[in-house]
Amino acid sequence: MSTEPILRISGVHTYYGKIEALKGIDVEVNEGEIVTLIGSNGAGKTTLLMTVCGDPQAQEGQILFEGKDITKVPTDQIVRMGIAQSPEGRRIFSRMSVYENLQMGALVTDPKYFNEDLAKVYKLFPRLEERRDQRGGTLSGGEQQMLAIGRALMSRPRLLLLDEPSLGIAPLVVRQIFQAIKEVNEKEGMTIFLVEQNAFHALKLAHRAYVLVNGKVAMSGTGQELLSNPEIRAAYLEGGH
Amino acid sequence: MAYFIQQLINGLTLGAIYGLIAIGYTMVYGIIGMINFAHGEIYMIGAFLAIISYLVFGDMGIVSIPILLMGMLVISMIFTAAYGWTVERLAYRPLRGSFRLAPLISAIGMSIALQNYVQISQGARVKPIQPVVQGGFQLFTQGGFAVQITYLQIVIWVLTTALMVGFTYLITQTSLGRQQRACEQDRKMASLIGVNVDRTISLTFVLGAALAAVAGLITTLYYGVIDFYVGFLAGMKAFTAAVLGGIGSLPGAMLGGLMIGLIEAFWSAYFTIEYKDVATFGILVLVLIFKPTGFLGKPEVEKV
Repeated sequence: MSTEPILRISGVHTYYGKIEALKGIDVEVNEGEIVTLIGSNGAGKTTLLMTVCGDPQAQEGQILFEGKDITKVPTDQIVRMGIAQSPEGRRIFSRMSVYENLQMGALVTDPKYFNEDLAKVYKLFPRLEERRDQRGGTLSGGEQQMLAIGRALMSRPRLLLLDEPSLGIAPLVVRQIFQAIKEVNEKEGMTIFLVEQNAFHALKLAHRAYVLVNGKVAMSGTGQELLSNPEIRAAYLEGGH
Repeated sequence: MAYFIQQLINGLTLGAIYGLIAIGYTMVYGIIGMINFAHGEIYMIGAFLAIISYLVFGDMGIVSIPILLMGMLVISMIFTAAYGWTVERLAYRPLRGSFRLAPLISAIGMSIALQNYVQISQGARVKPIQPVVQGGFQLFTQGGFAVQITYLQIVIWVLTTALMVGFTYLITQTSLGRQQRACEQDRKMASLIGVNVDRTISLTFVLGAALAAVAGLITTLYYGVIDFYVGFLAGMKAFTAAVLGGIGSLPGAMLGGLMIGLIEAFWSAYFTIEYKDVATFGILVLVLIFKPTGFLGKPEVEKV
């Protein structure tokens, strides 16, 4: 194995109109790792994940995926190269069934893997199999999140991007989902880049973590290091977690 | 009773034409949220291409009616689809991401431009065509009134039904259809699972135009005359059909088309033919007042 990270984000600036949302980000994700990005609302976490997928594209800097420059590659091509995302707000196709949503996820893969992958996703989230023919829009928040992750997994990604999978979901279900994320990482060796506001859960799960403040990386380290860092505790962990 | 059934037969034929055009309106609205006002002109171009291909096949000495019909169908579908694709590429794609009214204005401009293009290149006079499919049979006679179905009407129904079935299959069961629906529901997410959104939008225009071409072909065969202006009113009515059925809904467009066809036929038969358009649009107003989403339109019910 080379030591080249699977994802290397260097000096990335992203703008929304004139507003600079990312102000020179450097992040690396190595193969097989769970890397988490924590930060408060509006720090630019979602923007960074979307920039990796080319929507919006970075105006400055470079994003390398498996050594290939994807900074200016169209979104659908990036997905075909092996990056999948469960985006902010889950974005389930609400008028399609659970099964159809998973079928959509498998769009970029060889159909011969479909049944095998479907079985894996159903095993990971048995609820999805129970709800197979139900329309996506009628699922609960937690089920939609499972579907969003399942849909992303159906494309056999080599890098999985997860945007706030715990948002607006009951604590018990959050634990289930984090358990599933861990399982995918340990059993399948899936590389995961996780964005979270729920810093406690995310840091416990992650091998390494970055803290994003105001469009810049303010701190980085292993999950354990950041968990025990007093500044992080004060800013992100105190108060009920 | 006999008179009623005769009007039903006529109305269904008319409805097939409107339904085929309405699908193009409803699909484009579904995917980019815009009314493609040039779609009526696409239909008109389909009708012209039907006549042109008829003349070309005639010159080539093809007399077999099935081959002639098939040839006209294929040629007008292919070339009209190319027009649909080009219109999207030239007039709408550059405006994507612009303010909402921009593509709408561009569509009206495109509509006028296409009308004038055909008027200049084909002449302003009415274009006649000899009846290609002749004859028919009497269903029954009652009180001295004979109910007739022409062979052409049967051809039209079979063709329309086959296309609608095929099209429904394409949208609901195939990967292409799923990509189309995905773009309709959430374009950003669609691209995040690897759908080429621009290509899917192009495809929507191509499919809509191909179906409009069939409507154009049917008009040419059924009425025997067309001119560069036929697209305007037919387009308006097909648009009405799409709204009536619930814009964005495919079965709605088909249902709306049939309804408009039937309303027109019955109004012309039992009231005054001069006011048939008033009746059509009047009913649209009534439906919109009492059921703003149309008959099969879907109000969004989503859990957040």
